[in-house]
Amino acid sequence: MTTRRPSPYPYWFVLPAAVIFTVLFLVPTVASFWFSLTRWDLINTEFIGLDNYRQFFKEPFLVQGLTNTVIYAVLTSGSKTVIGLLLAVLLTSGLRGQGFLRSVVFFPVLVSTIGVGITFSVLMHPTKGLINLGLAEIGLPRVGWLTEASLALYSIAFVDLWKGVGLATLIYIAGLAAISPDYYEAARIDGATRLQRFWRVTVPLVRPATVTVVTLSLIGGLRSFDLIWAMTRGGPGFSSDVLASVIYKQYQAGFYGLSTAGNVILFLLIALIILPLTWWFNRREVDL
Amino acid sequence: MTKPIHSAALAAAIALVGGLAHAETTLSLLIDNNPETIAFAESLTAAYTAANPDVTFDIEQRATGAEGDNIVKTRLATGEMADVFNYNSGSLFQALNPATTLADLSDLPNQANVLDSFKSVVTSSDGVVRGVPFGAAMGGGIFYNKKLYEELGLSVPKTWEEFMANNAKIKEAGKVPVAQTYKDTWTSQLFVLADYFNVQAEVPDFAAEYTENKAKYATTPAAMQGFNHLEEVFTAGYLNEDFGAATFDDGMRMVSSGEAAHYPMLTFAIANVKQNYPDNLGDLGFFAQPGASADKNGLTVWMPAGLYVPAASPNLEEARKFVDWVATVDACNLMIGAAGASGPYLIKGCELPADVPPAVADMLPYFQEEGRTAPALEFLSPVKGPALEQITVEVGSGIRPAAEAAALYDQDVEKQAKQLGLPNW
Repeated sequence: MTTRRPSPYPYWFVLPAAVIFTVLFLVPTVASFWFSLTRWDLINTEFIGLDNYRQFFKEPFLVQGLTNTVIYAVLTSGSKTVIGLLLAVLLTSGLRGQGFLRSVVFFPVLVSTIGVGITFSVLMHPTKGLINLGLAEIGLPRVGWLTEASLALYSIAFVDLWKGVGLATLIYIAGLAAISPDYYEAARIDGATRLQRFWRVTVPLVRPATVTVVTLSLIGGLRSFDLIWAMTRGGPGFSSDVLASVIYKQYQAGFYGLSTAGNVILFLLIALIILPLTWWFNRREVDL
Repeated sequence: MTKPIHSAALAAAIALVGGLAHAETTLSLLIDNNPETIAFAESLTAAYTAANPDVTFDIEQRATGAEGDNIVKTRLATGEMADVFNYNSGSLFQALNPATTLADLSDLPNQANVLDSFKSVVTSSDGVVRGVPFGAAMGGGIFYNKKLYEELGLSVPKTWEEFMANNAKIKEAGKVPVAQTYKDTWTSQLFVLADYFNVQAEVPDFAAEYTENKAKYATTPAAMQGFNHLEEVFTAGYLNEDFGAATFDDGMRMVSSGEAAHYPMLTFAIANVKQNYPDNLGDLGFFAQPGASADKNGLTVWMPAGLYVPAASPNLEEARKFVDWVATVDACNLMIGAAGASGPYLIKGCELPADVPPAVADMLPYFQEEGRTAPALEFLSPVKGPALEQITVEVGSGIRPAAEAAALYDQDVEKQAKQLGLPNW
């Protein structure tokens, strides 16, 4: 055991950061737990116990919102991981114009989400949108990308993938660069095919990048809001509502206590999914 | 987009040249971004500054709908509200907690000009009047294309059956019978909300019973009709193909140009046609939403928005003076001049010109006959569920059957009443 050397910095160095953290994060967080127990119109609060939580769980659109949230998060996170890895492998294989292609893939990450949402809702317009006009041109029927209740959520998830896959690719490219070429050389000498090298060398060794991509995109997917709001506002009806848009609608209606309760629930849900996941990832890493 | 008001610069110039010793006041004014509202605000403030050179205005625009509700509520609660602002009367006004947030305007001299029917929808729970009318009263009903009606030899329907028979003929002729525009979800509520005249004709005490948590949409057959109608037009295939992605502006374009024969909407939309499709204004007609019987045919009426002053305004006195002036016949005539006559103004002695657009002329007879108008439910009851527009989109898109939707709306209403802390809920 080593004895800890005393830190050269005094403890009060942490004070400025602690003050900011307390004022801007801790106090609002604790306050939101309190407000979620009240009927609140921004001016007056009235303590009503757990009624807001009871109401929130009674919300008829909540079950659909919850399922949609999970579907959306798993779908976007899964596809970003798989496609991100494949793109990263492609873009590190020494292709011609590789640098250019990398920026093409990364570019959508830089564009405003609202702008992307509005652009795609124009492209996906059932009668005037470019996508359906193109489909009609080659003799295919028009599709109600955002107006068909069973399709809207998936259309948005697709746009989310288009917009977010660049970041996953970037993380994977960094992860691939960290793999020593020696492994590939050894595998090649042993007569491994390209596919075998991918499955047996790349996938296991790029694991830290996978953990980062899955965790980040899953959290992003669970609390995603802006793209959905820009494209469908949760519609048609409630068919593309996720937890965050259900919460926002309570806020718009002026039910501030209720929407705060929804946020506490969203916070707990994300914690419940992400904490075991990271724990599981970390444990597997030790096994390796 | 906030436009600098030229008159402000002009007034400043006059003040400089004249070397006046007045104390300058700049009143901030927050309005919604409807073209009609902007026209009102610009002409009123310009005239007011011309008469009172020491008062200038800073006009700011906000979104409408739920987005706008949010802005108004948040700014009132945080003390950031403009000196004067416009907002709905009725149940939305009540949701602002007016007794604490808004200034008492009951003692303004020109309140004497304001019709009592309007005063009642800007009176807070403590019995104090807190607004003046800003704009014209509206009817909620169905716009129709007069040219198309003439071509097909149709007549204005007095019952729902006649309306559906007209629709069948219009569809046969290859036109869109009913325009719907669910991209702007709020537009989907009209068939339900504009049916209220017919509801109260069948069940006169519905509003009171509804507020007291006794009457429900799902269990009152007359109230169910609005939801049923929405379902019927969808099932019959009477909607425009892009109903899920069309906007309010598309709707007014379709009905005024004859692409579609009908569009259920509030009459404030006449100003939209006047501005965007002026050549079509002459073809635009209007009738009340038909109900079960031709004998009981009448119009559901929306009160105009109010102009309010927040209790915490630092320029309370100047703001009150301006708002008081808005309730004069002069100001009313300015509004008519600025945006045209889209409906009756609720100021005594403020008459509409003779040459109103046809859609307005179609609406006025309802007001002139006794018992042919009824206020919309939101002016009779503080209870209105926030999810109605999503629910009506579902019914109108065939996602949810009408009966189920009405029951769902009753649940939504219950949530709102509980959140407002109303008695009996």
